[in-house]
Amino acid sequence: MNVNEIRRQFPILDQEVNGHPLVYLDSAATSQKPLSVIQTLDEYYRGYNSNVHRGVHTLGTRATDRYEGAREKVKKFINASSMQEVIFMRGTTTAINTIAQGYGREKVGKGDEIVITHMEHHSNIIPWQQLAKATGAELKYVPLQEDGTLSLDDVRETVTKNTKIVSIMMVSNVLGTMNPIKEITKIAHENGAIMVVDGAQAAPHMKVDVQDLDCDFFAFSGHKMGGPTGIGVLYGKKDILNKMEPIEFGGEMIDFVGLQESTWKELPWKFEGGTPIIAGAIGLGAAIDFLEEVGLDEIEKHEHHLAAYAMDKMSQIEDMTIYGPADPKERAGLVTFNLADVHPHDLATVLDAEGIAIRAGHHCAQPLMKWLNVSSTARASFYLYNTEEDIDKLVAGLVKTKEYFSDVF
Amino acid sequence: MSFNNLDTLYRQVIMDHYKNPRNKGAIEDGSVTIEMNNPTCGDRIHLTLDVDNGIVKQAKFDGEGCSISMASASMMTQAVKGQQVETALKMSGIFSDMMLGKEYDDSIDLGDIEALQGVAKFPARIKCATLAWKAMEKGIDENQS
Repeated sequence: MNVNEIRRQFPILDQEVNGHPLVYLDSAATSQKPLSVIQTLDEYYRGYNSNVHRGVHTLGTRATDRYEGAREKVKKFINASSMQEVIFMRGTTTAINTIAQGYGREKVGKGDEIVITHMEHHSNIIPWQQLAKATGAELKYVPLQEDGTLSLDDVRETVTKNTKIVSIMMVSNVLGTMNPIKEITKIAHENGAIMVVDGAQAAPHMKVDVQDLDCDFFAFSGHKMGGPTGIGVLYGKKDILNKMEPIEFGGEMIDFVGLQESTWKELPWKFEGGTPIIAGAIGLGAAIDFLEEVGLDEIEKHEHHLAAYAMDKMSQIEDMTIYGPADPKERAGLVTFNLADVHPHDLATVLDAEGIAIRAGHHCAQPLMKWLNVSSTARASFYLYNTEEDIDKLVAGLVKTKEYFSDVF
Repeated sequence: MSFNNLDTLYRQVIMDHYKNPRNKGAIEDGSVTIEMNNPTCGDRIHLTLDVDNGIVKQAKFDGEGCSISMASASMMTQAVKGQQVETALKMSGIFSDMMLGKEYDDSIDLGDIEALQGVAKFPARIKCATLAWKAMEKGIDENQS
């Protein structure tokens, strides 16, 4: 994998921020976009912008072909068994809300349980909180181990015969933990529950095979994997989706409309009410082509290497606290940390003055912050275009930040 | 390498307020209690005001956050203590103008607060600086209604 060649495909990286070359270490929030994705969007709007699945004109046919072609790419990308199982949505948040409302309201009742973990992103907490409140179900949390991993024994302890839904992130956006989804899915199924996977931090970075995982739902966002914002995917097993009611009604998703009653299109369109996210889906298709050309295994290897390199260099800084699994092999390409008494915001401001972009705050994981016993943390996250040099600059910036604040204090 | 431009943000007096916050704590029987947070970053302030006869007799705060938010809270309590409610609100308006980089009314002496002027050049940090002031405004509003 030639990182310099890859970097040339990301025009945004070639700029100065505050007088320094940009070092972009916030890809877990959103990734940068390769030229091919930008060009694909440009071609769509210049060349064949049109609504899909209606009308008979040429542009409409082109747009429909490309839109459905993107679905085919997603199907292969996650190894779904059919294109009917791939639904385009705004992102992971919308996908999980759709499951909670479309599946949850029907199948979950008083006395039932929904199981999540203490490391979840707000988008995989609040839809379930709302479902639990509306149905009288109980929302249960699998505790975390000291190092921020899950123990399968704890999962077995928490999931019971009353559990209807287990919903867990594949990779933690804060701890970098890679959860044993396949094993957890087995436990969920043994108890008669369905398995929902928040794949937002997994799909951009590693090969995902939904049939191998055997999960019932898998959700991810396009913008974290080189695609545009506003496009994401809900994968669901066909037999479950077939029995599930849509939560959005209107154009595009209907079959016959009468005055009092209507019927829905078949999968996947019955879940895509309204004019779909055409440009977004086509852009996501281009992002998938780009990632597959580089190779997901290569990308994962590169990020593991960067995480190991970063953890090694960063842990040499005095008063550095790194959260999550200590073994770089057990984690994805991000490092969440706190440096001495410097508040993460102050840290991020000083690094920004050096052209280094990191994330500071609670990372949409307030319950996890509580578990870590901190109000906020700083996070550097890596993607295929990052280099050891980026990390060297980060480390130099951190050392200087520490010096700067020790001077002021 | 120097961080000269950062020095306009992290002025000595700000770091002093961060390190040695004034009016830290809570007024036992304060007439107004406000809890406010910045949901995007987790900064949190708990402000108590003793408002009597149109005068802010006492102001105390507690909370957690970055140097800018905590220093601003410390300075705010110092500034409004002993002031008439209208003056406190006027100060808040002046502070808001200062953060937006607008011309501001300099007929009221803001004391240490002027050290926060540099925040205007760091748009991402303006919300940190205004949190305590927003809490104060909300508190007075609730007290009056």
